[in-house]
Amino acid sequence: MIRVILPAHLRNLTRVQGEVALAVTAPVTQRTILDALEARYPQLRGTIRDHGTQERRAYLRFFACKQDLSLDDPDSPLPEAVASGAEPFRIVGAMAGG
Amino acid sequence: MSSIRVLVGTRKGAFVLTSDGKREKWDVSGPHFGGWEIYHLKGSPADPNRLYASQSSTWFGQVIHRSDDGGTTWETVGNEFIYEGVPGTHQWYDGTQHPWEFKRVWHLEPAQTDPNTVYAGVEDAALFRSADGGQTWQELPGLREVKGHLWAPGAGGMGLHTIVLDPGNPERMFIAISAAGAFRSQDGGETWGPINNGLKSPHEIPDPQAEVGHCVHRIAMHPSRPSTLFMQKHWDVLRTDDAGDVWREVSGNLPSDFGFVIDVHAHEPETIYVVPIKSDSEHYPPDGKLRVYRSRTGGDEWEALAKGLPQQDCYVNVLREAMAVDRLDPCGIYFGTTGGQVYASADSGDSWLPIVRDLPAVLSVEVQTLP
Repeated sequence: MIRVILPAHLRNLTRVQGEVALAVTAPVTQRTILDALEARYPQLRGTIRDHGTQERRAYLRFFACKQDLSLDDPDSPLPEAVASGAEPFRIVGAMAGG
Repeated sequence: MSSIRVLVGTRKGAFVLTSDGKREKWDVSGPHFGGWEIYHLKGSPADPNRLYASQSSTWFGQVIHRSDDGGTTWETVGNEFIYEGVPGTHQWYDGTQHPWEFKRVWHLEPAQTDPNTVYAGVEDAALFRSADGGQTWQELPGLREVKGHLWAPGAGGMGLHTIVLDPGNPERMFIAISAAGAFRSQDGGETWGPINNGLKSPHEIPDPQAEVGHCVHRIAMHPSRPSTLFMQKHWDVLRTDDAGDVWREVSGNLPSDFGFVIDVHAHEPETIYVVPIKSDSEHYPPDGKLRVYRSRTGGDEWEALAKGLPQQDCYVNVLREAMAVDRLDPCGIYFGTTGGQVYASADSGDSWLPIVRDLPAVLSVEVQTLP
C-alpha cells in the first residue's frame, strides 16, 4: 500500500486521522497517487491540483525520501521506497502567507 | 419566541452566533473550518437549516460546504467552477487584456423558494448557479458578454460580490462587481444589461457616460419595494426607484460617502444604514470614531448612531458583506469589523453592543430570523 500524509487542513477536510493508505496500480507516480487519493476522497479535487490543468497548486509541495519532488514530471516513477510503502508520500503546505 | 442566528465569515473560519428574540445573551459556536478564509455563508430562505459556506485558502483553493442542520454539521459539495466556452479576457491593471481565471467564491445567494438552488458570485467576476444543492455549478455566461473585456479588478480583485434576487419576480435579479458596476437580468440570468446610469466616478473613470467600470461596493433592497435599490459605491451613496434605470446620489450630510456596507431596515423601506469610512486609501472611520449612519428618508439626511460603539482610537474597517438585519420588531442591525468585533443593535440602531470582540477579521455577516 502507498502511504500518503496530508497537511492538517486537508486531513480536517477529509476527516482523516494519521496517514492514508492507498492501493495504487503501477506505475506509482505523483499522478497515479493523486488520482487514487481523489477517487477515495472526492472533496480533495481542486485542493491539491487545479481542476482544469491538473497542475499542482502553487503553495503545495510534494516530499518523499527527504527529497522535494514538486518540480518532477508528474508521470515519472516515484522512488521505490514510496512504491513499496516503506516511505510516505507527503503533501505539504508551503510556508507562505498568514 | 423567535430566535436569531448570525452567520459570521472571517479570515480564519466561520462562527455561528445564536440568541433568543431578546438578543441580549449570545452563544458563540466555532471556529468552523478553522484556518480557512470564509468569504461568505448564508442560509436558504426556503429552509433555514440549509446553509452554504464559501471556504477558500491560498494553499488549497476553493471549497464549498453545505449544512442541513443550521451549521452544526457540514458536508463538502462541489467546487468546480468552469467558465462557459472560451473564457476570454478582461482588462488588467496596466490596460492590457488578461485571461479570465477562477480564484474564489465571494458570495453565495440561495434562491427564494428552492433550497437546492443557489447562486455563486466569483472572482474573476462571473455568476454561477447550482440546482442540485451545490454539487455541480454552471455559469450564466450572458453576464460576461456585457462588455466584459472592459471590466477591471479593483484593489481587492475582480469579484462578483453582490447578488440581489427580486422576491416577487424570480426572473429578475441584480448583481454588482468591483470594478465593473451593477447589472440586471430580467430573464433569470440568461441575459444582462448594465444599470449604471447616474453613477459618477470622475476620479476613476474619465468618461461620465461609461456603462461599465464603476466600483460598486454593495446594493441593498427592501423586499416590499424591489424596484428601489440602495447602493454604496466606492465613493457616493445612491438610490434608484426604477430598478436601476437611473440612480441619484443621496450622500447628503454623511461625513464621508466612501464605505462598503449598506442595508435596509426590515420594516421601514426608507430607513437605511451605512458605515462611513474616511477614504479609499485609509479604510478606517473618520476621526477614529466608529459610527453607523441612519437615514429615515431613504438618503440625503443622515444621523450618526454611536451609542455603544467606540468613539476614540478606532481604526477598523467594515467590509462589504459585513452588515445584515434581522426581521424582528424592533429591527436588529448587525455588523462585523476587521478588528474581529461583531456589533448588534436590538433597537434599530439606537444603541449597540458587541456580541463578540476578538474574532479574526470579519469578512461577512448574515442573519437568520428563526421561528
